[in-house]
Amino acid sequence: MAELSYPLSAGARNAVRTASGKRVSELTLEAVLTGDVTADDMRIAPETLALQADFAERGGNPQLAENLRRGAELVAFSDDELLRFYEMLRPGRSSGAELDELAATLAERGAERCAAMVQEARAAYVRRGLIA
Amino acid sequence: MRVEDEASARSSFYATRPISRDNLVPEDPVLGLVAFSSPFDPEPSLRIEQGRVVELDGKPEEEFDLIDEFIARHGLDLTVAEEAMALETVEFARMVVDPAVPRAQVTRLTAGMTPARIAATLALLTPVEILQAMQKMRVRRTPSIQAHVTNRVDHPLLIAADGAAAVAHGFRELETTVPVFRDAPSNALALLIGGQVAAAGALTQCSVEERTELELGMRALTTYAETVSVYGTEQVFVDGDDTPWSKAFLASCYASRGLKMRFTSGSGAEVLMGASEGKSMLYLEARCIAVTRAAGAQGVQNGGIDGVNVTASVPDGMREVIAENLCVMLHDLESCTGNDTLMSASDIRRTAHTFPLLLAGSDFLFSGFGSIPAYDNAFGPSNMNAEDLDDYLVVQRDWGFEGGLRFRPDDELLPLRRLGAEACRGVFEELGLAEFTDEDVDACVRAHGSLDVPPLPGDLPGIASERIMAGGLTALDVVRALSARGFDVAAERVLEMIRQRLLGDILQTSAILDEQVHVLSSLTDPNDYAGPGTGYRLSPERRQEVARVRQVWAPADLAAEQVLAEGCIDLAEIGPARARVRPDEIVVGLSPAFGVEIWTALNGMTVAEVLRQVLAGIEEEGLASRLIRIRRSIDLGYIGSTAARLSGSSVSVGLQAKGTALIHRADLPPLANLELFSIAPRLTPELYRALGRNAARYAKGAAPEPLLLPESSEPLGPRYHARVVQLVATERRLSSAAEPVELEATWPS
Repeated sequence: MAELSYPLSAGARNAVRTASGKRVSELTLEAVLTGDVTADDMRIAPETLALQADFAERGGNPQLAENLRRGAELVAFSDDELLRFYEMLRPGRSSGAELDELAATLAERGAERCAAMVQEARAAYVRRGLIA
Repeated sequence: MRVEDEASARSSFYATRPISRDNLVPEDPVLGLVAFSSPFDPEPSLRIEQGRVVELDGKPEEEFDLIDEFIARHGLDLTVAEEAMALETVEFARMVVDPAVPRAQVTRLTAGMTPARIAATLALLTPVEILQAMQKMRVRRTPSIQAHVTNRVDHPLLIAADGAAAVAHGFRELETTVPVFRDAPSNALALLIGGQVAAAGALTQCSVEERTELELGMRALTTYAETVSVYGTEQVFVDGDDTPWSKAFLASCYASRGLKMRFTSGSGAEVLMGASEGKSMLYLEARCIAVTRAAGAQGVQNGGIDGVNVTASVPDGMREVIAENLCVMLHDLESCTGNDTLMSASDIRRTAHTFPLLLAGSDFLFSGFGSIPAYDNAFGPSNMNAEDLDDYLVVQRDWGFEGGLRFRPDDELLPLRRLGAEACRGVFEELGLAEFTDEDVDACVRAHGSLDVPPLPGDLPGIASERIMAGGLTALDVVRALSARGFDVAAERVLEMIRQRLLGDILQTSAILDEQVHVLSSLTDPNDYAGPGTGYRLSPERRQEVARVRQVWAPADLAAEQVLAEGCIDLAEIGPARARVRPDEIVVGLSPAFGVEIWTALNGMTVAEVLRQVLAGIEEEGLASRLIRIRRSIDLGYIGSTAARLSGSSVSVGLQAKGTALIHRADLPPLANLELFSIAPRLTPELYRALGRNAARYAKGAAPEPLLLPESSEPLGPRYHARVVQLVATERRLSSAAEPVELEATWPS
């Protein structure tokens, strides 16, 4: 999809797919009514987020790009998992070991950037006394 | 007791003014009650060793708190840091303000600056310099505006109708929240529906606790989030039950679902929580914004949000508020610039808070203009609310700034409110969430606020919310339900909002969707202001839209008003005006349009009644009167003077059709007079009669009675001047180079 340009909504509805593999242009009212579109089709694809990250990077905001790349890593996780991980990262919720475990879980499932962020948080929490 | 020991009448009066209900305090840096430059603010510094920040704003690495560390690791562009930090503060301040210095150059340098350096820069700027800088530095070329859409009972149909009205007025982001926490899903759903009926593409959110807000977003019942709060001291950040890392992770969660998201900060919060570390409000806010940029959020809601009243209580507080807005723009982030909390009991003071920003422009001028009445605002009253909408629209028209809103008369608005309420009812009933009556819908269509609608049975919004959550309902169910109930246009628009989250365009900085669902963001609509003749300007079409407000008064309305009294008097011309007929007469001179095309004076009296009262007054003093029409001039002095020179007593009364009147005498220069009633709208029948009596007394050499207008401080100019222009134009059109004529009046019964 590297040749696609921003905004994707203008010229790339056929090219951009959902995380479930459908083309965005396939999400028609008719398809929704016949049940061909389900809640699984409502999720943005990691590739699309990576593309948006590139747009953000070229637009001069590497931090936004990084956030979108972390987001791309998190697409595969369920809503409940994400809510649980977020809770674990709140202050005083987790022990050092639990945060290590979280980082490992993330890394195992390809969320390397998020794993690194959790490790960084763990070190900061230990230093500032925010470990459970 | 001496008079001097008591309060003066004037200071007693001031004590009753609304401004006296505002509480202001002296600066107290220990408590953090200082807007700019606390003595405890650190000296800006940045030390980098082998590509790693080892000192930030006076603090060595081993002493970094969570915020310092997060900024040091993620928030600074180390490739420009050395160059940026080497600039003199005043030199950078000038670059920020100067239109000739490109925006991109400023954002590049800001990326390498520490919070203390940026705060020190902003402290140097005057209010006008801040505004000038904002015009260049905001991200999006086209300013926009966000609405609060809430009510005190979480009535779903009212939220939907108000959401429809908000979009009809031009709001592009709608934010709701709840008085009762468990109602959140119902409110989010109602707003999603209502927000799509008037036009496509409005973004909606439901501001609640982080976890619930994220869940609503994941189900696509909202399209963006804003209430992701960050703070400027570690203590308050942790008290808020988060860290920069948990917030950054949350930001990535939103991104993973294609949801637009911004962080919220705003000065005053740390002071309110009693943990400001003695730092200035702007310095702490600069830290918040640096954390936001470091976390990769695309934007910030700030500008004294819930803490605005704290900021407002100290000297320079309002300058600090716009400085923190500008700080967001310097970081190349979306600026959603507050104005969402009523900041004063004084209308003058609260307007002064908002107005400068409107002139400068920001990505979102309000992070919640109350589109509903103040009493219905579940966030608490905004700085401007539905009550103020017409004022806002007229001020937008006066100054020609882009305020994002437009006037919609009832005949356009009510059908859209009905569509919103009906569509919402259809979805709630189709999905088995709740039942409503026709009376509920009708009341919501017409309502000003929730006090105008019948109460809902039991715990309707709460039960509907439970069903939404338990049933796992998503926006797809909403699309199906809308279509099943015949609302295919709204169904298609809600579906388009789902597609947008799959495309991800709205994740870019400052992204909004216009009514044709074109994305306007940092990438498609970058601010290109570089001085006069550049940047955003109202298009001719938009200017016309801005010019259309409820108070515009069509000249045709005057004609209609005059027709009502047409023929109230018959003034027949009986020949050229004669001079000095008898010594006991008063000549009454009438203007060209008096009783010809103008039949009603500004005070609402018919010209027939005005004239009848003047003549009756003259008669009461035993004098005779004679009527003439002056055609050569519309000037009242000339009319009176001409009549006086034709009068046997040398005294005259001059009357313009709009009701302005005077007494004149032949020996005076034309522009002088004996008495003048210049304020026509406030004249009464009694005053016209007294004027006639006084004219007669002057003629007899008797003392005139003093005539006093009733007391009033109502501004008459704004109410009458536009009408005066039309009336004067009529007088002018009927004037001609003709001699005065004598008239005979008859009053048709």
